Formats: sequence, C-alpha cells, structure tokens
Amino acid sequence: MEGNVHKFGDNVDTDVIIPARYLNTSDPAELARHVMEDADPAFLQKVRLGDLIVAQKNFGCGSSREHAPLAIKAAGISAVIAHSFARIFYRNAINIGLPILESPEAAEKIAPGDRVRVDLAAGRIDNLTSGEQYQATPFTPFMQDLVEKGGLIPYVRWRLRSDAGNRKPDTENSDR
Amino acid sequence: MGLTIAEKILAQHAGLDSVRPGELVNVRVDMVLGNDITAPLAIHEFRKIGLDKVFDRDRIALVPDHFTPNKDIKSAEQCRELREFAREQQITYYFEIGRMGIEHVLLPEMGLALPGEIIIGADSHTCTYGALGALATGVGSTDMAAAMALGEAWFKVPETLKFIFQGKLHPWVSGKDLILYVIGKIGVDGALDRSMEFCGPVIEALSIDSRLAMCNMAIEAGAMCGMIAPDDIALAYVASRAKRPFAPVWPDEDAEYERTIVFDAAAIEPQVAFPHLPENTRGISEVGEVRLDQVVIGSCTNGRMEDLRLAAGLLRGKKVHRDVRLIIIPGSQQIYRQAMHEGLFDIFLEAEAVISTPTCGPCLGGHMGILADGERALATTNRNFVGRMGHPGSEVYLSNPAVAAASAVTGKISAPWEVL
Ligand code: SF4
Repeated sequence: MEGNVHKFGDNVDTDVIIPARYLNTSDPAELARHVMEDADPAFLQKVRLGDLIVAQKNFGCGSSREHAPLAIKAAGISAVIAHSFARIFYRNAINIGLPILESPEAAEKIAPGDRVRVDLAAGRIDNLTSGEQYQATPFTPFMQDLVEKGGLIPYVRWRLRSDAGNRKPDTENSDR
Repeated sequence: MGLTIAEKILAQHAGLDSVRPGELVNVRVDMVLGNDITAPLAIHEFRKIGLDKVFDRDRIALVPDHFTPNKDIKSAEQCRELREFAREQQITYYFEIGRMGIEHVLLPEMGLALPGEIIIGADSHTCTYGALGALATGVGSTDMAAAMALGEAWFKVPETLKFIFQGKLHPWVSGKDLILYVIGKIGVDGALDRSMEFCGPVIEALSIDSRLAMCNMAIEAGAMCGMIAPDDIALAYVASRAKRPFAPVWPDEDAEYERTIVFDAAAIEPQVAFPHLPENTRGISEVGEVRLDQVVIGSCTNGRMEDLRLAAGLLRGKKVHRDVRLIIIPGSQQIYRQAMHEGLFDIFLEAEAVISTPTCGPCLGGHMGILADGERALATTNRNFVGRMGHPGSEVYLSNPAVAAASAVTGKISAPWEVL
C-alpha cells in the first residue's frame, strides 16, 4: 500500500474520529463522510484513496466505538501509523482488518504530505519522499493469523469449523 | 510467584494455573454487554458468522441507553434492531426503557456483574465493574459478536499498576476526585493496556458508589481494567443482588506489580479536569474564574444515589444561577424512584433544575442538553474531548457532583463549601 500522509498529534480520540452525533447509523459509507471532521473539517476533501494517517501517542483513545476504524477504512485510508494506539482501537482495527502499525520513529520523522509505502507483513515503512526507512513493531503470530484470515469474524468461522472444542490460541509472549 | 487479581481471574477463566503479563489467553466470559450504538454493529457481525443461536441467552445484556428514549428516526431503527434480536434470541437481560438504566449503573445494580467474573462490553466504560472485583473491560462490536457466538474472548494478560491510597480523605473528596487525581498524575495513556489495582485504607473505607465511579474512569488512563479486591462492603452489596453463583478472587500477597504508587489522600482536594482531556486536572483551589452555561449531574460515572444525595444536600433551599441550566439524570429507574421517595426531586425542582429520565443523553453529545458553539459545561461525566457534549467549539469540564451542584448555584466553577 502506498499513499500520501495526513498527520495528527497525540491522543486523537474516537469522538474526534467520528463524533457521536453521527452514531445513529453503522453504515460505513455514511460514517466515512464525517471522519476526522472535528479535527480537520476539510479532511475528507484532501484524502485520496490509499492515503495514510500518521499520528503520535495514544491514537484512538476514548470510546469503544468500532465506527471509528470503520469510518477511517471506508474513507479510503489504507493504514494508520502511530507512536502508540489505545487498546480498544487497536483491537477493533485488527478485528475489522484496518492495517495499523506502531512505530515511534515513523510517527516522529514522517512529515505531512510525504509519500509512504507500507509492507505490512514485514512491518516495513518506506518514506518515498525522504528516502528513509522505518521498522514497525511486528504483529504477534496470533494477530498475524487474525489479519491473514481477514479479521475476527472469519477467524471465528474457522474456529467453529475446525472443531467445536476448547481450542485456545497458541500461548505466546508479546508486547501487545 | 503470586498473581495480581487480574492475572488470577484471567488464569482461572483460561483453565490455567498461572499466567504471566504479555501472554495471550483465550478466556470464557461470564457476561457480554452491548448498547443501542454498539450492539447493532455486533448483531450484523454475528449474522455473518452463520450461527442461529447465541452461546447463552442468560449471559448477554442488551441495554438501549445512549440515544433513548429514541432521539430521532435512525436511533429508533437502531433500538428496534436490538429489540428484535433480543426477542428472536430470547435474551434474558434485555432492558427496555422504563425498566432500564445507563448500562454501567444498571448491571451492578441488577447483580449481573459479580466478583471474580470476566465481563466484556462493547462500551469502553465496562471497566466500571472492577469496583466489585470483576475483570471487566471494553471491547468493540466485532469482539462482542465473537463472544456472543463462542462465549469467549482473547486477551493479552496485562501488567498491573498498584495504587495505594493512605491518609485521611478530605470531606468533599470522592472516588471521582481520586481517579481524576491519578489521571492527572499519570496521563491519559499512563496505564495503557494495564490493569490498575486500587487499594489502601482510603479505598477500604470508600462507598460502592464511589468505587464504581473510580473504576469507571480507568479507561481514561488507557487501562484495560480498574480493580478493587472485593471486601465486606463489596460482598454485602452483591449478596442480595447476585443473579448467579460467583467466586470472589483476591490478589496474592506476593503478587508482582509493574509499579506501586502511593498517594497521601490528605493532599487531594476536589479535582476539576479542564478541556479537552481528563488529564488536565487542577485542584479546586487552582481553578480560577470559570463561568458556566450548563451543569450536568448524571452518567455512568456519577448518576448514582450517593451522587444525587450529595447534590441535593447542596441545592436544598437554593436556586440555580440564572445564567445556568442544571440537568440532573438519575442513572437508572431504581435510582430515579429512590430519589423521588427521598424527596430529592422536590429539592431539585425547587432549585429550578431539570430532571431527566435515565439516559446517557448529553454525556456523549447525544441529546438532552447539547452545547452550542462557545458554550461551557461542567459535568460529572468522564470525558471532555473536543465536541464531546455538542459543538466542537464548546467546552466540557469534569468534576464530582458536589462541585457540580455548588457551581450550578454560583454560575462558575466553585468549591462545595462556598455555598454552605
Ligand atoms: S453515560 Fe456516557 S460514558 Fe457512560 S455509557 Fe453513557 S455515554 Fe458512555
């Protein structure tokens, strides 16, 4: 995936990503029309298909509304890169298949408008404007598996198919 | 090596003897919760799985509380989806308006959040039930859908931060102030992904309502959960309510904490969080002159009996300032009725406040008190993000109910003792 970068600061909360006044629907296309509107009213006009959001600490803090990653995805954003993500947003993004990458270095060094290419499987971020390259925290094997299966719902379907027993995801260590 | 309360509950529900922070575990959940905003999405996702039946109709709670009584046609459609799904699946704990409350006020009150349990909710403030010794945490709609299908959820075992409160509590300081103080110290990502364990003599003396308010805001520090080990006060609270058997869990003496932070409660005065983050806290003596247009007393943080009694105590025989709208929202039908019986409504109405039916309402900028551009509110709610209560150009300040009530009288943010 490759696109231009829209940059945001610390603690971008889910109320700003998609304000509650639009939560009387869960239609992704309708939600996408208001994405980031309270942070930057012109955001949607600037976004081109495949663009990326780069933000600082604690992206997606606040409410558990899955409407937030859904709105971002439906607006055509291909990935979000941040210094760090709030816990529920992180889960939701993985569960619905919105690519997200944690990289303090990329968050700091990428400038607004830079052209960036992301290799999700390798966790590599190429800044085509500056020529720099950054590494993101790799997904744990379990999360990689979720992403490869297409999110949590396909994973659940696979679970139900593979056996009805008490299968556990393989116990593993991670920093996430 | 000993386990913290969160580790122990996760281990038990994963069928393991022990777990370590960082480990991924798949756990059985005791309760799955959704509301009129998050459950419709979860229901759509549940349909995609292709199962006819939820895993257990007694372990799902559906609460239409955010935009209810339905604020517009689209909200009505969302609530109808919830209602129809509840009928189809014969969900035991569907709470129609008239029998409902704000979800996190309602579940503890109904005995549906119990010590030692794991509860997930498609709502970030599900962490409230940690006050009763449950490991409770917010998830998204897809997680809710998966849990409705499997009765399970996956988690990374969190590191635990221990907060010990010693000393003597100032009379106007409540659980709300303690948690605002902590968030002010560690920041809105200060407990990111962590379990926060609150303990010490101050916590042991705290009422259940105050404990619930405290754990409610653990998410405002980024935490997975906020936990208080169940004691006699908590066990007495759940004894008469519990809808199912439960087994309380306590942390081991030799549990390992990532960090232990000790606070002297005597140094904590009533707190006010300034816009636009809960971490922008100041002691009431450092607030200065902040004029108000609206005051809201309610929400899953401070819409309980203790909160309404505190407010009524300060509003008795007084009038709300002529430039201020005071909106009071009891957190559940039971609380509404109790407040009425105790004569609190007379005090509120005499003071010229508005009393609403239980709803989230203005807390998330839904309805029942939306702010215009440039307007300023003081609220007993939990978030003051940009546009949280209405126009992106409005401002929300957060406080405890005593400060809120006093401020409604003076028209500016004020300490409770200023109106005594
Ligand atoms: S009262 Fe506010 S914070 Fe609590 S559940 Fe409702 S909207 Fe969320």
